Amino acid sequence: MIDWQLLALLLTPLLGGALLAVLGSRSWAAELNSLMSFFTFIASVVLTVKVINAGPQVAFGEQFFIDPFNVFLVALTAFVAFTTSLFSRPYMRIEQHHGKLSTPMLHLYYSMYQLFTCTMLVALTTNNMGIIWVAMEAATLTTVLLVSLYRTPASLEAAWKYFILCGVGIALALFGTILMYFAAERVLGEGGTALLWTHLNQVKGQLEPTVLKLAFIFLLVGYGTKIGLVPLHSWLPDAHAEGPTPVSAVLSGLLLNVALTAVMRSKVLVDGSLGTHFAGNLMMGFGLLSVVVASLFLSRQKDIKRMFAYSSIEHMGLITFAFGMGGPVATFAAMLHMTMHSLTKSAIFFAVGHAVQKAGTQQMEHIRGLLQVSPTVGWGLILGTLAILGMPPFGVFASEFLIITTAMHEYPWTTPILLIALGIAFAAIFGKIQPVVFGETTVKPLPHPPALIPVFVHLLLVLILGLYMPSYLANWYRQAATLLG
Amino acid sequence: MQIPLPLQFVNLLASLLLLVVFAMLAQRRILSLINLFALQGVILSLSTFVVAYSTAQHHLYYSAWLTLILKVLVLPWLLHRLIARLNVKWDVETLINIPTTMLVGIALVIFSFNLAAPISQLSQGITRGLIGIALASVLLSLLMMLTRRKAISQVVAFLSLENSLFFAATSATQGMPLVVEFGIALDVLVATYIFGIFFFQIRETFDSLDISHMENLKDDNA
Repeated sequence: MIDWQLLALLLTPLLGGALLAVLGSRSWAAELNSLMSFFTFIASVVLTVKVINAGPQVAFGEQFFIDPFNVFLVALTAFVAFTTSLFSRPYMRIEQHHGKLSTPMLHLYYSMYQLFTCTMLVALTTNNMGIIWVAMEAATLTTVLLVSLYRTPASLEAAWKYFILCGVGIALALFGTILMYFAAERVLGEGGTALLWTHLNQVKGQLEPTVLKLAFIFLLVGYGTKIGLVPLHSWLPDAHAEGPTPVSAVLSGLLLNVALTAVMRSKVLVDGSLGTHFAGNLMMGFGLLSVVVASLFLSRQKDIKRMFAYSSIEHMGLITFAFGMGGPVATFAAMLHMTMHSLTKSAIFFAVGHAVQKAGTQQMEHIRGLLQVSPTVGWGLILGTLAILGMPPFGVFASEFLIITTAMHEYPWTTPILLIALGIAFAAIFGKIQPVVFGETTVKPLPHPPALIPVFVHLLLVLILGLYMPSYLANWYRQAATLLG
Repeated sequence: MQIPLPLQFVNLLASLLLLVVFAMLAQRRILSLINLFALQGVILSLSTFVVAYSTAQHHLYYSAWLTLILKVLVLPWLLHRLIARLNVKWDVETLINIPTTMLVGIALVIFSFNLAAPISQLSQGITRGLIGIALASVLLSLLMMLTRRKAISQVVAFLSLENSLFFAATSATQGMPLVVEFGIALDVLVATYIFGIFFFQIRETFDSLDISHMENLKDDNA
């Protein structure tokens, strides 16, 4: 049984949220935030070890379900949430020093940060398609006030857009969930079990295909808004650019993954019911469109955080495309890419956060010569950029390579589109980041030392995974890939 | 075929629901908009009571009570207080004029009935045809969100969207599991509360609740 481990995992951030709601304005709130995130991370490691040894498990009257697919995301989510909390400690202090944030705002931030972690972990571990929806909506609610934390007109506008668009999107996902329940009710009968994924998975062959088809369209459009798939992405660059950087890091590195997980859970059911590649084709279409549109938008960006937000859309598109192709190799590659993107993108946002603080602006043309003033931030940014652009030997190269070779095999016509889009993205991002890092400097030193350990820990992990993938890890991904089919 | 009485009643309520959504689409006074929203809540909880009675599912009684308390009493009361404190009465102009909106609305209803037709044929018992109405209400609420300028009428549209979904859940599928319904209700309540916080922040910053002030974030001037 894994009841205790799971309870620890979910209750630690909840408790952290409650504690910080009370104690959030103390001077050591940042340390408490990191500590609670650390405990959550430990709990996730314990749970992961348990599930890897004992196989998929259900807990709490089957309301929760842990298999290799979601446990890897649980571990990743808890890890990045922990490192981001380490980063946000000095980052937020500097913001406070610059007079951009007051103590009550930090109070709100710490408390919501923990609750946000909690909602993501619930969405990942629950077995109930309805609870996934509830947790996803709760994740929006906990982050929306964080996006508007600075209370500037731009940040309010971004938060409003985020709230309305994701609210509408997620409402459509609820309609999809209701339709799915409608189909399941006819097979499993009324009551609690008709929304449980494990039960649905057993009877997926008997679910009514016409209903599930419609349900999947609603689910994909709904959760796709959250993933940031084009044309539903317009909230994402705004929210990432205007919110505080730690929030951008977790939104980009974690929340998008969680939404994608919800889509994948539905896809397994729909595939089983339809027996065709309908769901996969839809995902491939949305994914390809996202990659292409995002890469075209990249070259027009002037704001550094906005540019990396578009890069997230591009990568989520690539992952959605790979999941859409299906098959063990593509699914394996998609999960690997999810991991790499989370680690790399959050590392980039950490470096970008400090760079922006040094320069006092997010406009790239005014951030110059980071290497001169602070080599660590500069190196972090340039290495992170190279990693996210898919340069070997970083892990992103391995996963992108796998995705593209599979595409070449299965859907040859997509390969040139993908390669050109990735090429454009490379030219756009590298061309803009290069002068930011090298050259004559314009930036000032910071009042508090920046937190750069998380940046290099993330990049080191990405590098190691790019060079050598331990066999147990490969096995773990392979198991998860078989589950998703 | 003789249609059983509870089904006739649910069908009547369903058509009333659609009518109310159309009325909301045409309504420009914010106070009346909120009252219409409360009326929608009444219809919703009535239909849930009828479904609960006719299918003898006890947990539906809970969700009917929940709807009555949350959507007829608490949320309209919160919204009334909000507009009193913010002193907004009229949504000056909609982005598209009202007759055009109505025509688009009719097209949406036809579209959703077509979309739901194959599903309606599958359903048994008291649920036939209700999915079409629920889908139509969802799309009409979406239309309302798109055409309104004032933040507060967008929120009422959002809540009406949530109501339509709730109607789909209770009447078409005879109720989601209770834990899910509670979760959804909690989310809606928290969302409304956060919307309230937002109104004050928006007005403080922009001196108005008109969202046309908030169209500055674009890629070119970013």
